[in-house]
Amino acid sequence: MVATEAPLSAPLELGFDYTRSLGPVLSRFVTALRDRRVEGVRGSDGRVHVPPVEYDPVTGQPLSEPVEVGTEGTVVTWSWMAEPLEGQPLAHPFAWAFVRLDGADTALLHAVDAGAPARMRTGMRVRIRWAEHTVGQISDIACFDPVDDLVSGAGRSGDQRHSRPPTSQDPVTMITTPVHLHYRHSASLEESRYLRGLAEGRLLGQRCPECRKVYIPPRGACPTDGVPTVEEVELPDTGTVTTFCIVNVPFLGQRIPPPYVSAYVLLDGADIPLMHLVLGCAADEVRMGMRVQAQWRPREEWDTTLRNIDHFRPTGEPDAPFESYAEHL
Amino acid sequence: MSGFPEVAVVGFGQSPQVRETTGTTNGVEMLVPVFQRLLTDTGLSRREVGFWCSGSSDYLAGRAFSFVTAVDAIGALPPIAESHVEGDAAWALYEAWLKIRMGEADTALVYGFGKSSAGDLHRVLALQLDPYLVAPLWPDSVSIAALQARVGIEAGLWSEKEMAEVAARSRADGVANPNAQLREPLDPAGLLDAPYLADPLRAHDCAPITDGAAAIVLAAGHRAVDLCARPAWITGLEHRVDSPVLGARDLGRAPSAGAAAAAAGIDGVQVAELATPFTSQELLLRRELGLADDVLVNPSGGPLCGNPMFAGGLIRIGEAAARVFDGSAGRVLGHASNGPLLQQNLICVMEGR
Repeated sequence: MVATEAPLSAPLELGFDYTRSLGPVLSRFVTALRDRRVEGVRGSDGRVHVPPVEYDPVTGQPLSEPVEVGTEGTVVTWSWMAEPLEGQPLAHPFAWAFVRLDGADTALLHAVDAGAPARMRTGMRVRIRWAEHTVGQISDIACFDPVDDLVSGAGRSGDQRHSRPPTSQDPVTMITTPVHLHYRHSASLEESRYLRGLAEGRLLGQRCPECRKVYIPPRGACPTDGVPTVEEVELPDTGTVTTFCIVNVPFLGQRIPPPYVSAYVLLDGADIPLMHLVLGCAADEVRMGMRVQAQWRPREEWDTTLRNIDHFRPTGEPDAPFESYAEHL
Repeated sequence: MSGFPEVAVVGFGQSPQVRETTGTTNGVEMLVPVFQRLLTDTGLSRREVGFWCSGSSDYLAGRAFSFVTAVDAIGALPPIAESHVEGDAAWALYEAWLKIRMGEADTALVYGFGKSSAGDLHRVLALQLDPYLVAPLWPDSVSIAALQARVGIEAGLWSEKEMAEVAARSRADGVANPNAQLREPLDPAGLLDAPYLADPLRAHDCAPITDGAAAIVLAAGHRAVDLCARPAWITGLEHRVDSPVLGARDLGRAPSAGAAAAAAGIDGVQVAELATPFTSQELLLRRELGLADDVLVNPSGGPLCGNPMFAGGLIRIGEAAARVFDGSAGRVLGHASNGPLLQQNLICVMEGR
């Protein structure tokens, strides 16, 4: 077995703005938040749920009777967030709390801007601090403030809503939730050998010790036999088109204008084809069995990536007989 | 239930539990040696396995269909019967158990894996909460466990001192577990002087972040005795679920755990391996299950010594079964949980004969 370097790894950033349609119950709730009010829903047993639930948790009945509740409430339990994480309601230390709003029977999870854990206790009174701009989502509640902190005469938070007219009369029917997650993606040891080989202009596969098939890229385990592939096999940059498609559809990030050919290329000596571009001839000239060779990018652009091969181009050799690649389709 | 074959756990294996592997998020590097050892131990050939089933999560891996690549570790040609659950592999075990009970397979290999170190576990787990009104606030998994811990403390159900005792006992037991991530005992004396990680939880109250994988072999009655000298016969396997609405739940309880235990029939168990990544949750679950004081809880060290996500519940079943294999217990219980704050609970009761 060859000496092993640590596997390659790189940051992997995932982000997506999830858009979700709201049913009648949640639509009503977030529309009220936009208007700086809180509306729960009455359960089958008369309990008032805030946040609202669409179906009664005990009977399963659909719920629809809205009940307006207060914007002050009582802390049911709390914990202290000393080092807030990305995306949380406040960037400075705060308390997470379940808050039972006045008139509600269940509790809402949110942040309390208490300053220090010593100022938190179960049973304390808190009041909603509305976001500067409310749009119809849970973060319209910026956080809760301890009621004792509020200057007397500032008015109950219920009055606060009258100071700002609703931004719209239409109900909110959609919410958008951005999700951003940060990973470190690791290539396997075998993939890392392959990627480092590419940086030197070499195509490194590996042979399964049981079925003797050559995989490129090499795998952590032979998918047929479930054993690690260990014997390294250097492959030439020539091969045969086993199958292909002509891309006619434009899409975001497309490198070349359609029509062009995306093909499976079975490198000579390999048992699994690579997917790559076949350029250098008209798209309708590409065919199964066509012999091709890698067109490498200039050496100074090489990195640990298959992009070092810009595309495969026809060699002009006679086509490979079907039997030579039939097993690899 | 007459007419359905009895099913036993006949083999259990796991990877070392570590803070960070250099392997991929599809678990192949962790799984291949586990499978090889398990098949050797049971004498079962890879191609004889009637059904394969796994539990894992794409959110943990940060990539779609990560479990498909994990199938490489099996060797899937000729084609195999295979399935996957997006959750703890204990639920994959449940699926495999049903397959065998229905006569569709007479052996099954169940596996779970998770590389938590690839991302920020505490944020990733926020995404299992209600996506409309809760997850957008990114409540991390430790913080919501702290909210639950305080409910119990203030209701007099448990205390910070009892929580520290759970931590000290688990860590002392973990010393003897060669696969445990944390193998140094804690000094019980100073635990309550430690600063809070998430008031009222301290670091010792929380499971470490762990990469790991595990696998179990199940077999129908007629095969079990060939594959294992002392199979752990499954006498009850049940799972139940509580509301996902955390603010509507009494967080000092987990009624679904009690209901699953009642349905599975846990009387007389001598050992209980509980999937409780927080000390407070062990104390909650002991009450909910009504475990007697002489029941040995988490003799492996439990999740507080190593907690590979999505394999952790399967490991609890495996560790409990191992006590039957070695004859040190006659009747045992493995518990698994999915979702936030013991929302979904599975109980697997096994016995030696």
